[in-house]
Amino acid sequence: MNANVPSSSTSHYPNAPMAQKLETHTLSVLVDNEPGVLARVIGLFSGRGYNIESLTVSETEHAKHLSLITVVTTGTPMVIEQIKNQLDRLVPVHRVVDMTLSGRSIERELAMVKVAGKGDNRVEALRLADAFRARVIDATTESFVFEITGKSDKIEQFVALMLPLGLVEVSRTGIAAIARGPEAM
Amino acid sequence: MTKEMTGAEMVIQAMADQGVKHLFGYPGGAVLPIYDAIFAQTEVKHILVRHEQGAVHAAEGYARSTGKVGCILVTSGPGATNAVTGLTDALCDSIPLVCITGQVPTHLIGNDAFQECDTVGITRPCTKHNYLVKRIEDLPRILHEAFHIASSGRPGPVVVDIPKDIQFAKGVYSKPKEFPHTGYKPKLKGDIEAIKAAVELMANAKRPMFYSGGGVINSGKHASALLTELVRLTGFPITSTLMGLGAYPAADPQWMGMLGMHGTMEANMAMHDCDVMICVGARFDDRITGRIDAFSPGSKKIHIDIDASSINKNVKVDIPIVGDCAHVLQDMLRLWKAQGKHNDKKAMGDWWKQIAKWRERKSLAYRGSNEVIKPQYAIQRLYEATKDKDVYITTEVGQHQMWAAQFFHFQEPNRWMTSGGLGTMGYGLPASVGVQLAHPKSLVIDIAGEASVQMTMQELSTAVQYRLPVKIFILNNGYMGMVRQWQELLHGNRYSESYSEALPDFVKLAEAMHAVGIRCEKPGDLDHAIKEMIDIDRPVLFDCIVDQKENCFPMIPSGKAHNEMILGDSGVSLDDAITEEGKMLV
Repeated sequence: MNANVPSSSTSHYPNAPMAQKLETHTLSVLVDNEPGVLARVIGLFSGRGYNIESLTVSETEHAKHLSLITVVTTGTPMVIEQIKNQLDRLVPVHRVVDMTLSGRSIERELAMVKVAGKGDNRVEALRLADAFRARVIDATTESFVFEITGKSDKIEQFVALMLPLGLVEVSRTGIAAIARGPEAM
Repeated sequence: MTKEMTGAEMVIQAMADQGVKHLFGYPGGAVLPIYDAIFAQTEVKHILVRHEQGAVHAAEGYARSTGKVGCILVTSGPGATNAVTGLTDALCDSIPLVCITGQVPTHLIGNDAFQECDTVGITRPCTKHNYLVKRIEDLPRILHEAFHIASSGRPGPVVVDIPKDIQFAKGVYSKPKEFPHTGYKPKLKGDIEAIKAAVELMANAKRPMFYSGGGVINSGKHASALLTELVRLTGFPITSTLMGLGAYPAADPQWMGMLGMHGTMEANMAMHDCDVMICVGARFDDRITGRIDAFSPGSKKIHIDIDASSINKNVKVDIPIVGDCAHVLQDMLRLWKAQGKHNDKKAMGDWWKQIAKWRERKSLAYRGSNEVIKPQYAIQRLYEATKDKDVYITTEVGQHQMWAAQFFHFQEPNRWMTSGGLGTMGYGLPASVGVQLAHPKSLVIDIAGEASVQMTMQELSTAVQYRLPVKIFILNNGYMGMVRQWQELLHGNRYSESYSEALPDFVKLAEAMHAVGIRCEKPGDLDHAIKEMIDIDRPVLFDCIVDQKENCFPMIPSGKAHNEMILGDSGVSLDDAITEEGKMLV
């Protein structure tokens, strides 16, 4: 447990780990689609004390048995670097790309938002959904389920607006990311 | 060439095709078909241990002393869980192992069947990779892949969990060469621009220092030879971690001894004061760095490691080079020679003068005695008696391990087997069994403590069964010595539970197990007793009664820097030597 270095001690390095700012990065991890691969990735994060803020997994190329894991994580630059290197040395991991560092990525998330209410609240919810380009995918006389796609902050804003209008529950997919331009990762 | 056979036969055939001569294991219900396959052949010899942990440590000793992959076969459930300590040990010290575990039949998996456990789940964090084989068609590929993954890149243990129905199933077996490894390809060559920059930095260094580790040993004998050539060519001093001992000959004047928590004063002071550090296959472990923000504050650091995740993990380095030690050292040597580089003669003269001053302090000195055997003296005498022989040393974990590292000197790689990263008490005896099997004509000695050796003592029976003349040299001080030393340092001499009040009579114990027991209590008898031990061509348990209160120095207390070490005769009160923050550290 050498993390308990006294913080008052003089620091040789300009950026001592404790003083560094936390950053949030989105990592795309291309893996073999085999049993246990997700457990390996999650076990790595919990075992080494890294954070997972969002995690999505899905098969991408059935013929090649490949899956893409998109994970959003927070840490100091040194920890983010460690996470990438630790992921990269797992045997079923083919590639790790830091989408945040590349600066050319698009991130999207889908959420289904259930809102129950009557009267003015119901009308207002429908009006706001229209403004956010959310679609109604289920309706009863006293509820809607909206489907909304976009960046996480857009979804969070929509959910916040629904709260006073009768928000019942939210189901989010987590973030999927892809790089702009013609090249594959 | 392909052939139809059962899954169990494939396991043994794959081992034979991978060049495995010895397999360490213990039978049980879920591996009986494989034991049947063992019975029917002679290529792979099975060594029956007494406990699965012993099987893994024996395989580790075998692997570490030969550079080959060590093989283990255990049953499901308790067989697999007993192997976990050894697997974790091998992961920490990067030892190539393939461990086959039996599993309940596929239709019973998840059913809480008899002797069922989630082996791949349990071993996932303590292996480099693991597999559960669900189809006989996958078995040949997985077996060969396991050997490839275990031995390439940064080596490590691989588990292959095989359900019993898969062992009975028939399938088509193929030889290793029919499986091209497309997925896992570790990078061997280092980035040449980085190597150029490193050579430039080295040539301009005023106070350079080589710091090598177990990665050099894992890279092969060739890597040790290249390291030795480069160190001699540059004229720089060199130190090494516990795992790296033997990569550079200890008899050489440029050798500074081990560094770290119980390293020599000259090695630690030179690490602290150097201006260029060349780290070759080591990982800036906390036993090495001490207080991390005071670790070698003024140096530019070059770090060669095959595992990118070892770089910038604990200490920020200036020139990272990801690659195999031998490949990178070869490029370094080639560039150094081709560019006609030489060291700064004047600066090096001053640097070696400074080092000579630290050496004069004789940090390993201890007070001798004519009454009791000092543990350091026992190791010194053991070294003197065996240094001209073909000797391999294993150790357990604790004070005796540190004294062995300080007072036994190694001139070649693969001669020193110890549990470094995990610090597993009970490693040495089974490891010596593995080493002796691989080197039947050599002298194999386990330098042990009386507490550690009791953890895996039953493996003495294994040594007896296979007529392996291992020598278990116990430094018996009646205490868990390192625990006692820390209690003295940190906990006001309250020796809570660190004294063994009921030790066995090791001589009678050896005799009961059909081995030979020798006891030595007086310094004057030691040389004769050691000679007697060496001359006996059977397993020997040597009970060397040593000073009960001796401490292991030098010592860098937790939370302190390299230049704040305590020396044996410094007269510093141990109570004052360590701060409140330091007491929090391990």
